[in-house]
Amino acid sequence: MSEEAESSGYKGAALRALKKAGCQVGDLIRITKCGKAYEGILIPRSETADAEHVVVKLKSGYNIGIRITPDVEIERVGKGAKPAFASPPLPEQKPELPRVVILSTGGTIASRVDYRTGAVRSALSASDLYGVVPELADIARVETEIVFSLYSENLTQQHWSQLAQRVAEHIARGVDGVVVAHGTDTMAYTAAALSFALQNLPVPVILVGAQRSSDRPSSDAATNLIAAVQAAARAPFAEVAIAMHETVSDTSIVITRGTKVRKCHTSRRDTFKPVNATPLARVHDSEVSMLTSEYQKRDPAKKLVLKPNFSDAVALVKFYPGLDPAVIDWYVERGCKAILLEGTGLGHVSKYCFSAIDNAVKRGVLVALASQCIWGRVNMNVYDTGRDLLALGVEPTEDMFPETALVKLMWIFGQTSDPAEAKRLLKANIAGEFSPRTLPEEFGFQGGDSHGN
Amino acid sequence: MEIDYAKIGLKVGLEIHQQLNTRAKLFCGCPPALFKEEPEITFLRRLRPTQSELGQVDPAAFFEFQKGVKILYEANRATSCLVEMDEEPPHPLNMEAVEAVLTAALMMNMQPIDEVHVMRKTVIDGSNTTGFQRTCIIASDGWIKVGEKTIPIQAASLEEDAARKTGEEDGGKIIRYRIDRLGIPLIEVATAPVIYSPAEAEEVAFAIGRILRDTCKAMRGLGTIRQDLNVSLPNGALMEIKGVQELELISKVVKYEVQRQLVLISIKEELNKRGIKKDALQQQFIDVTEVFKQTRCKVIRKALDKGCGILAVKLPLFSGILKRELIPNVRFGTELADRARFWGRVGGIFHTDEMPAYGITAAEVAALRKATGAGEEDAVVFVADNEENARDALKAVVERAQEALEGVPAETRTAKEDGTTRYMRPRPGAARMYPETDIPPVRLTAELIEKVKAHLPEPAEKKVKRLMREYGLNEKLAKQIVDSEYGLLFESVVRESNVAATTVAAFLTETLKSLKREGIAIEKVTDNQIRDLFKAVGAGEIAKEAASDVFVWLSKNEGKSCQEAAAALGLKMLSKAELAALIDRVIAENRNVVDKLGAKAFGTLMGVVMREVRGKADPTVVNTLLKERLANR
Ligand SMILES: [Zn+2]
Repeated sequence: MSEEAESSGYKGAALRALKKAGCQVGDLIRITKCGKAYEGILIPRSETADAEHVVVKLKSGYNIGIRITPDVEIERVGKGAKPAFASPPLPEQKPELPRVVILSTGGTIASRVDYRTGAVRSALSASDLYGVVPELADIARVETEIVFSLYSENLTQQHWSQLAQRVAEHIARGVDGVVVAHGTDTMAYTAAALSFALQNLPVPVILVGAQRSSDRPSSDAATNLIAAVQAAARAPFAEVAIAMHETVSDTSIVITRGTKVRKCHTSRRDTFKPVNATPLARVHDSEVSMLTSEYQKRDPAKKLVLKPNFSDAVALVKFYPGLDPAVIDWYVERGCKAILLEGTGLGHVSKYCFSAIDNAVKRGVLVALASQCIWGRVNMNVYDTGRDLLALGVEPTEDMFPETALVKLMWIFGQTSDPAEAKRLLKANIAGEFSPRTLPEEFGFQGGDSHGN
Repeated sequence: MEIDYAKIGLKVGLEIHQQLNTRAKLFCGCPPALFKEEPEITFLRRLRPTQSELGQVDPAAFFEFQKGVKILYEANRATSCLVEMDEEPPHPLNMEAVEAVLTAALMMNMQPIDEVHVMRKTVIDGSNTTGFQRTCIIASDGWIKVGEKTIPIQAASLEEDAARKTGEEDGGKIIRYRIDRLGIPLIEVATAPVIYSPAEAEEVAFAIGRILRDTCKAMRGLGTIRQDLNVSLPNGALMEIKGVQELELISKVVKYEVQRQLVLISIKEELNKRGIKKDALQQQFIDVTEVFKQTRCKVIRKALDKGCGILAVKLPLFSGILKRELIPNVRFGTELADRARFWGRVGGIFHTDEMPAYGITAAEVAALRKATGAGEEDAVVFVADNEENARDALKAVVERAQEALEGVPAETRTAKEDGTTRYMRPRPGAARMYPETDIPPVRLTAELIEKVKAHLPEPAEKKVKRLMREYGLNEKLAKQIVDSEYGLLFESVVRESNVAATTVAAFLTETLKSLKREGIAIEKVTDNQIRDLFKAVGAGEIAKEAASDVFVWLSKNEGKSCQEAAAALGLKMLSKAELAALIDRVIAENRNVVDKLGAKAFGTLMGVVMREVRGKADPTVVNTLLKERLANR
């Protein structure tokens, strides 16, 4: 078996048997076992699967796994035909349309399925993208760039910096909007990071993802992407925001400020919810409508201020009954510049953590506190514990939920090492992360049985 | 006309789908049940045809997408969760369903697959929220004996049932589907195309159906079993016929399909004789709205009032062809109309072969012919709808007419309740299947297969003999019970109740068969209700003669008990005291007879009493009691 085939998941007995028979993935092979013959195309195998089975795609289209035992015979019947994909011609660019650049960080916002082997290939060149989502050609002149090819859980502070710089360069070139295709798991962290790093934006920066992968007909990827490009091209605001499904229906896409949005469900399409905020805008029937009057206006004359640095010397400690305060000491020893406590309720952690916190503050670590309730505002004046924590020097973080507060601390220590300046920045409203008023409807979310056609 | 099916080369393959009565659906914890009430949850979706590696998309699918067709899904909390809504990944494969399929597969001498891989079969008509149906092969390469013939069974698969269509709105732009049925496990059994006559198709389907029932996991009732047929003739085409709901319909569907193909072949010969060439059939659509300005045809009037126009196309030399009957209620014109409905979303078409009719006058027909330049030898098809729909409809009509020159077009057709079939969609290309990566492959271990083998149901012939031996049934009754849907219920009823085995067997076969013939929905009565019914009969609470009345009442009053049935029907058994009082009254009323005949009056009085207590007393008890009262008088 060639190296190509070895990279296709087979190992152990199965790999040896395939090698012996000279079979490669994509070949037509015949496996004879107990007098029965199975003929089909050799399919790659999942890397985590066992080493005892060979997967074949039968003529009927079904895959089956055949256990390799000493009496099994494998024969190579024919060479697999490589699919000849002809890229569709690039549709004519309409010069009157706005320019939007789509930056990809990984995942597959658009993809094709290889029905032959089951492989899913991402379609990220502009022409591929137009082939899969042809509607884009009527919305904007789209350019694409692959910045990273990473699962979103593998992105770190360095990637935020790099991404912010790429966005800034494209804006400097004069695009009318930027779309960032992103895995949904950490998309809200990146959105918050870009919100702090890209200040005084002249045009919108819209992050977009999909909860159902784009190789399936029911994927939300295309609908979300179309809305994101629509908003990047035409929306009147100029902020970093996330565009995703508003409900479980495909009818409306809601756009929410990057510092006020959180992934709240493991699998639903409408997983992104505004926290202590109302959404910025909604895209419905190709129309962008604003849902608030409080937003930064689009203005190409504005000069972008780029502050792309983040510190990784910031930690999050979630309080739970029985937490070992030695964790706090450990972070202090490691040289952490800031620790965000994820406290309970209005902003509390147990008394038995007080001496560790006191030590951290005395050692010059900025200790801040956000609530694990997610919704609502921290208020440490109501109970003794809160007042004691304030007295120890713990900084409350208003109505920021923990992830935004954490990203903000990382960004702050990317800008300064001065504790006083850090405290000033923590209290300043830099990217709409604080809202002075919380309205009653800004809590939780209603289940998605609305379809509003 | 008697057709020699072997001679004309008929080949039929069967695909039998049977819903499985597992505790939960195939990929989630929801119960496999449907709901009738208004939906509690609705949501609107679009399905986007995905591009294959070759850049291809399914033409029918892409057509629907371009027209902006949306799907409105209906759900309730009792029967669906986020999985059916495609808002949560599927849970692992339901092993209870896997075992049920394995059971059937082993009974059909099949070879289990070592490692089962769940696949996604692309289906984007909206019947699956995901845009694909999840399916997997559990076993392959087996056989069953039907009479003397061995029928090869190609595969036994396990798949999820689809959502059911509940309507259309907005001129077909919104299709409603209910997702309660989505995810119910289905076993699919496919035979090789080695069936050569309609009768044989039915026999084979029947034999497979019996095996599936023997697994004890088959759901019962209308809609729980669906047969798909592949029917082909050497000079015709391979036709895929979907959704035959009753076994009894299979031979009729096959017969009709053969007839339809034969007529289409003769139409082709007729058209060739008339010398029509394919390029004479052109997509030249003429606006004939003017012709019908003053029409009294209600359908056209209504369309015109809505601002629609009328578009017509000439089919040269097609006069008389459109009224040719293919099968009952399906003329060649119907085939054109079905295509027009599918591709143009129109309500129907009009054509000159059926004119004058529907309030359309001879003068209008003449004007229509003039406007389209059609002579008497030509046919004209016209449609009243908006321009876009009308164009799509007539385009489809012309394409179908062109296909008639070639003979029989390969299609996917859907079976109606009367055994006829209608156009459903074009035959899909090669199955678009790719792996369901959200579900890990399942190994069918030797231990699992041994376990299933150890619990295989008894083969039918053996069971007949055993029922004869153990329950004293005659061969005919034993066979009927084994062939019926109640083969398994029979034994538990006899075991639990005090009723004679032959009585139970006769009821579950002959009585129910005749009730079904009378139109009673026998599938509405559950196994548990039948058990309770016989317990009540055995306990003397319901007379054996009243059992069928109770059964009929239960079928019409779902969810009620036998006791409620007996009360509603006034069938409550009389107590001994009540019966004695009734007998005394009868004796008193017939004093002269008793006086004259003495003990010999018994026969007459027995008749009178039984007429009064019919269904409310056991004849043997009446007999004893009446003798006693007469003697003690
Ligand atoms: Zn469910």
